[in-house]
Amino acid sequence: MTNPYRPFKAEILSVLPQTGIDFTFRLAADIKVESGQFVEVSLPGVGEAPISVSDFGPGWIEMTIRRVGKLTNVIHTLTPGGSLFIRGPYGKGFPVDRFTGRDLIIAAGGTGLAPVKSIVRRFYKNTAELKSLTLLAGFKSPSDVLFRDEINIWQSCINVQITVDGDDTGEWKGRVGLITKLISGLPKIDVQNTEVIIVGPPVMMKFASQEFFKKGIPEDRVWVSFERKMCCGLGKCGHCKIDDTYVCLEGPVFNYTAAAQLTD
Amino acid sequence: MGYVLDGQSFDGLLSQLSKEYLIYAPVRISGKGAYSDTDLVAYGQISSLDEIEYNEKSRFSPKELIYPITQTLFYFTEDEYKEPAVSQKSIIIFCRPCDVHAFRRLDEIFLKNGDFRDSYYEAIRRKTVFFILECAGSFENCFCVSMGTNRVEGYAALLRPGEGQVTCDVDEHFAPLFARYGKPAGMTPRFIEENSISVILPEEIDKNIFDHQMWQEYSSRCTACGRCTVSCPTCSCFTMQDIFYEDNPRCGERRRVWASCMVDGFTELAGGHGFRKDNGSRMRFKVMHKIYDFRKRFGYDMCVGCGRCDDVCPEYISFSGCVNKVSSLAGEVKKDD
Repeated sequence: MTNPYRPFKAEILSVLPQTGIDFTFRLAADIKVESGQFVEVSLPGVGEAPISVSDFGPGWIEMTIRRVGKLTNVIHTLTPGGSLFIRGPYGKGFPVDRFTGRDLIIAAGGTGLAPVKSIVRRFYKNTAELKSLTLLAGFKSPSDVLFRDEINIWQSCINVQITVDGDDTGEWKGRVGLITKLISGLPKIDVQNTEVIIVGPPVMMKFASQEFFKKGIPEDRVWVSFERKMCCGLGKCGHCKIDDTYVCLEGPVFNYTAAAQLTD
Repeated sequence: MGYVLDGQSFDGLLSQLSKEYLIYAPVRISGKGAYSDTDLVAYGQISSLDEIEYNEKSRFSPKELIYPITQTLFYFTEDEYKEPAVSQKSIIIFCRPCDVHAFRRLDEIFLKNGDFRDSYYEAIRRKTVFFILECAGSFENCFCVSMGTNRVEGYAALLRPGEGQVTCDVDEHFAPLFARYGKPAGMTPRFIEENSISVILPEEIDKNIFDHQMWQEYSSRCTACGRCTVSCPTCSCFTMQDIFYEDNPRCGERRRVWASCMVDGFTELAGGHGFRKDNGSRMRFKVMHKIYDFRKRFGYDMCVGCGRCDDVCPEYISFSGCVNKVSSLAGEVKKDD
């Protein structure tokens, strides 16, 4: 009998601070990941939590982890050469193949950019795969902006628009306002050929999706990703269940039409 | 095959079985009840017929024997995760028909839901044999007939305790052993055919019922103590918990402990965001799982009608009453007259 709860040890290859509280950890891990999937990350004696994979390649995965609790506080003290325990990947990711040849618009709020980063990285150079790629990202303040270096590179190839809810630095030269403003400001969308990904806090996903519907995007072209408490990732612990849906099994990525049916 | 055994012979049988099996049954634990000077009826290991509490419903179900309240998944040092050893012995559980049906539901979650089988549950479950305790009458709050869990087929043994003796119906595997300790006897199993409480199950539930004001009653009455889910034989949720040893923080355990969707923190994420803050929506979530969501996923209802949730509720909330309210609201009820 194989034990599905047994994690394996993964060495930390690099730690890259993104903001004061968000660090990107690159781990040595030979696992096959789809964009949007998550892994269960643990430290013996501290705890275990589901964390989305922000990027991956042959022999490595990256996770952008915010320091918000008992486990992540300790993870943030670790340095390259140290290790984390992981198991997974789990869940259903984004239907990336479906996006081929289409206009893809990604709207990300805060750390919601992490689960879609691998999609942006895959497509920003291979724009031939998509008809076009637009990335809209909103952060609370300039000091919360993630993946600054990558964003600079992406901007030279695709349409990237960043906004902050408020500027507490006085030095921000970019846009200020909610992400919904970026959506309403988009030029005419080819609604028959566009797919939309929205990832962020529940309130952001709600209003961002409404903004896209106003633009004429059909509901079944919108993809969202849910964040829920999960203790197993295997459909056993029950924490992530909504109605008859297990977010860890059928999600975390859902088509909007399925997500809209779920009542917490 | 039917046999009758007197008390002494039955104890001899138990003694023989105990060489191969750990034997559990509902027992009376003196003074441990929820109120002063009351007893607790719960599952414990037995070696004699006298220890089996047959005339009362157990407050807790036998699920803890296969799925413990706290279960160590790993012992670890810094770099090593080691699984705890599992007893080599098989298990016999004396339980009621509804409880056997409850294990079928736990099997669904632990062995079938998703792509992975829960190895901890399976390690014990595969070695478990059920000896059914025939119900002489329906207990308070029971509604097994409505849930279709009053009958059991394909059991290892079914027992009818009586004055100083036990009449048994036994399968082929156990027949030779029972024949050694007892005398052949006619035995036709009798199952409960009527409860004083019955529920009507809604076939389809409109989404409007999720937001209906009926749930507000539970927001004011329910105290989110979680007794209902602890006593429920089909509740299977758990939370992971890591601990380290005080005298050596480099060593510790990863455990899982029962969790309750009724209790604060069940949906809370690191950082504080959570769902279903009010107790009424938790009640709705639990009730819908038991009589609707599970059926949509697995084809039959999760609740087995044992009524333990109603037995233990400190606020006298009735689960069966709630189900009937949902059904009358659903308005699509077909009465089975």
